[in-house]
Amino acid sequence: MQRVFSTVRPKARAFSDDGGAGGTDGQHVRRWFGPWLLALLVALSAGVQAAGPVVTTPHLRAELVSETVAVTPGRPFWVALRFTLQPGWHTYWRNPGDSGEAPRIRWTLPEGFSTGEIQWLPPQRLPVGPLMNHGYSGEAWLPVVITPPARLEAGAVTLRAAATWLVCKEDCIPERGEFALTLPVGSGAPTAHAPLFEELRSRLPKPLSGAGWQAAEGGLRLHLSGLSLTNLREVWFFAEDYGVLDHAAEQVAKRADTRLVLELKAGELGLQDGQTLRGVLVVQRDGAAGPFTEAWAIAAGPTPPASAMPGPALALGMALAGGLLLNLMPCVFPVLSLKALQLVQHTHLDPLRARLGGLAFTAGVLLSCLLLAGVLLALRAGGAAVGWGFQLQSPAFVALLAWLMLALGLWLSGVWGLGGAWMGMGQGLTTRGGYAGSFFTGVLAVVVATPCTAPFMGAALGYALVQPAAVALAVFAMLGLGLALPWLTLAFVPVLGRWLPRPGVWMERFKQAMAFPLYATAAWLVWVLAQQTDADGLALALAGLVGVGLLAWLLGTGPRSAWRNGLLIILGLVLLAGLARGIAPLAEPTHTTATDGWEPYSAARLAELRAAGRPVLVNFTAAWCITCKVNERTALETPRVRLALAEAGVARLVADWTRHDPALTRVLESFGRSGVPLYLLYPAGDGAPRVLPSVLTESLVLDQVRSATAGQDRAGGDR
Amino acid sequence: MKTRAIHLSRRAVMLSALALMGAGLYWLPGPVRANAQVGQIAPAFAGTDSQGRVHRLSDYRGRTVVLEWSNHDCPYVRKHYGSGNMQQLQRQAAADGVVWLTIISSAPGKQGHVTGRQADELTRSRGAAPHAVLLDERGDIGRLYAAKTTPHMYIIDPRGILVYMGGIDDRPTADPADIPGARNHVAAALAELKAGKPVSVPVTRPYGCSVKY
Repeated sequence: MQRVFSTVRPKARAFSDDGGAGGTDGQHVRRWFGPWLLALLVALSAGVQAAGPVVTTPHLRAELVSETVAVTPGRPFWVALRFTLQPGWHTYWRNPGDSGEAPRIRWTLPEGFSTGEIQWLPPQRLPVGPLMNHGYSGEAWLPVVITPPARLEAGAVTLRAAATWLVCKEDCIPERGEFALTLPVGSGAPTAHAPLFEELRSRLPKPLSGAGWQAAEGGLRLHLSGLSLTNLREVWFFAEDYGVLDHAAEQVAKRADTRLVLELKAGELGLQDGQTLRGVLVVQRDGAAGPFTEAWAIAAGPTPPASAMPGPALALGMALAGGLLLNLMPCVFPVLSLKALQLVQHTHLDPLRARLGGLAFTAGVLLSCLLLAGVLLALRAGGAAVGWGFQLQSPAFVALLAWLMLALGLWLSGVWGLGGAWMGMGQGLTTRGGYAGSFFTGVLAVVVATPCTAPFMGAALGYALVQPAAVALAVFAMLGLGLALPWLTLAFVPVLGRWLPRPGVWMERFKQAMAFPLYATAAWLVWVLAQQTDADGLALALAGLVGVGLLAWLLGTGPRSAWRNGLLIILGLVLLAGLARGIAPLAEPTHTTATDGWEPYSAARLAELRAAGRPVLVNFTAAWCITCKVNERTALETPRVRLALAEAGVARLVADWTRHDPALTRVLESFGRSGVPLYLLYPAGDGAPRVLPSVLTESLVLDQVRSATAGQDRAGGDR
Repeated sequence: MKTRAIHLSRRAVMLSALALMGAGLYWLPGPVRANAQVGQIAPAFAGTDSQGRVHRLSDYRGRTVVLEWSNHDCPYVRKHYGSGNMQQLQRQAAADGVVWLTIISSAPGKQGHVTGRQADELTRSRGAAPHAVLLDERGDIGRLYAAKTTPHMYIIDPRGILVYMGGIDDRPTADPADIPGARNHVAAALAELKAGKPVSVPVTRPYGCSVKY
């Protein structure tokens, strides 16, 4: 009856050999492994009260666990407070429901370290009589991401957390604990907990765009599009804020066409017009291996989305159009030059071969698109937050691309060749290898197209990523078809081929000239690489370029023996692969475009600027994204736009997606995108951001800024 | 409390399409709320106090009434009694002629359930100053007001209109150290009523233990 504050701290018993079993007073210290011993020594030497990673109370065992065994400078890592609860007891979610209280963690971190908010896992419903609570029983995890500074001295760092939480069965006990976790500075190999963190991340709510709410009698309707409606068993929406919904009221789910509509009863605080309804949708489905659960993060605007997400037909159409446009993008151009040469020959000499070649090219494009989609889906299924263009976020892959570009350029320059074995010019047409060449060109076209998110592709791929695998694959296939379509058309309609010039000596010159776009691409990729890796990594990449040159020279000058050349190529590939492995990503984030008034983006900075009442323009970009660079040069960085932005008081934030960044990927996905560019213009005040098109012009940006500012004046006048 | 199964039938789809069209026609602008209680006549009730006397809400028409849901073993209630915060509010209310009714809705056998004698003993030992302590062990008054937590506070103005419901303050913790610096919603609302002003913050989040119905 008098059990009020079970304020329990671990006793500083240093060498407890029994692993702390038992402990009827609820206070014991876990077995001190090496790191904990170190933690103790550090704590004692600092004269601080000794706290360990574990606190045990009569109702739960709380432990601070890390995903990695060591802290790597500049590399964010996950830690979590893990509650193992006694049967019948529970702790709470961020919105605890009708009663209860969410746990809170106050961090004391070494200088330069920063931490994000708790990444809340989807809660369970915990009915208490006529009331409803939201929380966790059995086990509760409170994960956070910790970002260490870019530079750290060797030694060890101690993460300290003071946590308070409420644990309830029928009765509620507020508890608190102080935790300390000491990790050495070094390379962060995964701990035994790492698989659990993987699993946690896979359970975190994923953004679902295409949600809107509408007032209804006694409550509101939540419209959800973009959600698969197959095998639905149960859905429940948990509002993030207290009192928006009646937590205990029945939620009625209905299908309306391709949408799901939830009828929700408003709580005592309700939702005002214009507010965003935020929360988590927990969906239970019937699967082959029994029911399974998925969780979606919802941010529903105050109107039902008319067509925020394209339907399947529209998405396929947009993917096709995007693929067609991709042909015109600067990064695809060098490969197209090869295809153009082939077509000139095929259509003139042998229409049948031209058709078969066109089909082989299409097959190459389609297969590599599907392979890319498969890899992307597999990574996402594994819980990784990746989007379109993710391949270019790996410096090793960028280096491989640069070497490939140089090798192709040297081939066009005539340094090396494989006789008639590949798509040799002139005489090569009669060999069967011509089709393999076409196929290979198709593969290459897709590989080099990845940095170019064509205007319509962002929305189509964003749609694809929230769809079942079959739909996602279909969207990617349509993209490939769009890329191949002009060439397929040329191959099958010989009349069009007559417009192409006749073959002749000019072709050899043209071929040689086309080497230069490839060299330029290689140079550009090295520039991209310079922003992703350090000087050592760059040196390896440049050494690889020299190696490619040597290999090309050896292939081009020696005797034309298939054995010798095959051996050389294999040897060369092995060496290059070894070099690529050595190119490590840079630990320190770089903000390639954070110049002249552009600040680095963070959710916190955005919130701060918005709280200060300023309109904000956010530019999601990447060094390897050509579309982004063109937009920046022609529409965002022009003197007129700079002046207009400054006059309107628009703060500018740049979000750099050059390297892998799961947090940014989630932001992109919340806007239905899976890649850059993305431009958001937040008006002053509370309004939703405008999403600007992926291809910007100066006048478009000026118009948007003007109208956003005009809206701001009007809103100001009303009040 | 369960989600209704999702029907696949064509009729259901058509009905929901019709419902959507209906919703489009019936769309009403304005804030969305539960069955709005604040601003409406407070539900009438009669309750028996710790000494067996019956109190009707209508008895107090013409006076401001405060309803306080309580459970003396709840850490959040202890936060406000242990620090003297609740007693101080009660005394200030009594001095201003406000009727303060402490209501205990814990069911027999549940945490916080007390007999009349125990309730009086608690009032004495804690130095509390309510007008009366109502024993609502069937939870009728609690359900009528949808009381969720202990404490959960309601204020009814002299016209019998509910003018405030929610938490005692804006720091939803069990830590008494959070009392200084918090905005006490009840004190603020009573002061506004006394000054003849409307209650500026009429609905807030109640926080605490669940009412043990």
